[in-house]
Amino acid sequence: MLPVLRATGLTKSFVVHAQGDLALPVLRDVALAVSPGECLALVGPSGTGKSTLLRSLYGNYRPDAGSIRVRHRDDWVELVGAEPRVTLDVRRRTVGFVSQFLRVIPRVAAVDVVAEPTIRLGTSETEARRRAEFLLGVLGIPSRLWSLPPATFSGGEQQRVNIARSLIADYPILLLDEPTASLDDDNRNGVVDLIRQRREAGAAIVGIFHDAGVREVLATRIHDVTLPQTPAQIPVGAHP
Amino acid sequence: MTDAPLLQARDVTKHFAGRVACREVTFELWPGEVLGIVGESGSGKTTLLNCLAGRMTPDAGSVAYASASSGVVDIHGLSEARRRLLTRTEWGFVNQDAREGLRMGVSAGANIGERLMAIGARHYGDIRGVAADWLDRVEIEPDRLDDRPTTFSGGMRQRLQIARNLVSNPRLVFMDEPTGGLDVSVQARILDLLRGLVTNLNLSAVLVTHDLGVARLLTHRLMVMQGGRVVEDGLTDQVLDDPRHAYTQMLVSSILPV
Repeated sequence: MLPVLRATGLTKSFVVHAQGDLALPVLRDVALAVSPGECLALVGPSGTGKSTLLRSLYGNYRPDAGSIRVRHRDDWVELVGAEPRVTLDVRRRTVGFVSQFLRVIPRVAAVDVVAEPTIRLGTSETEARRRAEFLLGVLGIPSRLWSLPPATFSGGEQQRVNIARSLIADYPILLLDEPTASLDDDNRNGVVDLIRQRREAGAAIVGIFHDAGVREVLATRIHDVTLPQTPAQIPVGAHP
Repeated sequence: MTDAPLLQARDVTKHFAGRVACREVTFELWPGEVLGIVGESGSGKTTLLNCLAGRMTPDAGSVAYASASSGVVDIHGLSEARRRLLTRTEWGFVNQDAREGLRMGVSAGANIGERLMAIGARHYGDIRGVAADWLDRVEIEPDRLDDRPTTFSGGMRQRLQIARNLVSNPRLVFMDEPTGGLDVSVQARILDLLRGLVTNLNLSAVLVTHDLGVARLLTHRLMVMQGGRVVEDGLTDQVLDDPRHAYTQMLVSSILPV
């Protein structure tokens, strides 16, 4: 399978102007590529740029140099330096991002928070709600909570609402930032199953998984961000 | 995606008594986009908004708008009468102070109906029905239809102003601090309402705010202004999560955590 996401030469420093223009280099000449059905796990000690890399792939952080090309609407789109509307369209249709944190929208019911991304893509409200309720059920959110805004939910419940929202639209590319952090065993397994199903259905996935068991199940390749950067080809299990 | 911008600002510049209020601002707004203009008081954001909306004439630069009625027009090249017709039929403008955007001496229903009559509605019963429907959409009890906005709370007035602006299905809405000066609980309700309306009506909007939380919730893109210049722009989450300019970094780091 040909890659659907390909990054080359990614370089990124954070310049803190309040600290006398202190420059913190985080990414230097990073390259990776991921194909449908693959799950690339980013590994490396804390502070080596895993999250920065993942956020750059989503167009959330802006690299100083390099290229991120995404297969989008049967074409290749460059995300580095893209116009806002281009990045937004890529996020709407092609690339989903799962983080640990839900940005709560006041007064919107959990089921509608989850359904929104697929309604924007043209799914009918009835069908979108049906899928949303299915996902919330699989992720162990009690049905009595579905019609309530998630602002008052526990951290773990908000996290699972966020995961449901990020998975509902069947994005061909998924970026996962610690999707199972702080979940209990049952809920972690529910999330892992959903992500594995997406991978088996052909999603191309890049993720950060601190939990070695989760990484074992999901990852098809390991990308060590501290190693000299060529698209990683290390098989799972070879990593210490 | 559509292939033409709705609004194009080029080098928009405005001085007041020798002082620069906004300088050489250039950008394009595309259909369905909500653009936020953020910055401190005095950064020139409201002046820029007024120049874009045709309420103030820039000293230099131009504002082009792709109108539904007559193609691309130069907003500041139009006659006063044509500009007024255009702004009434295709645009909305939500003021920070609802009293400036409403007619305080007439009923809530008349405030909404006036916009409909401006675009040609004549049937009294229809106008009244649409007005009642819009009161409901902005969460004002329909039995307040005949009450004047002087009897409304600040939050209700702001919601009425929003209804008055959106009833005519504008293609582009300008908003100047729409939640400024309101209690936090009242703000949340208006933000939620605006967010729903902007999404469901696929509105394009330019929103001025000094509140980065409001910008995060409502806008797709941001322009950060300091001393009349745009110092940084990008997707809202890029600007707020990965701010590059010293001024943006200062703004973002000044938000009090809750």
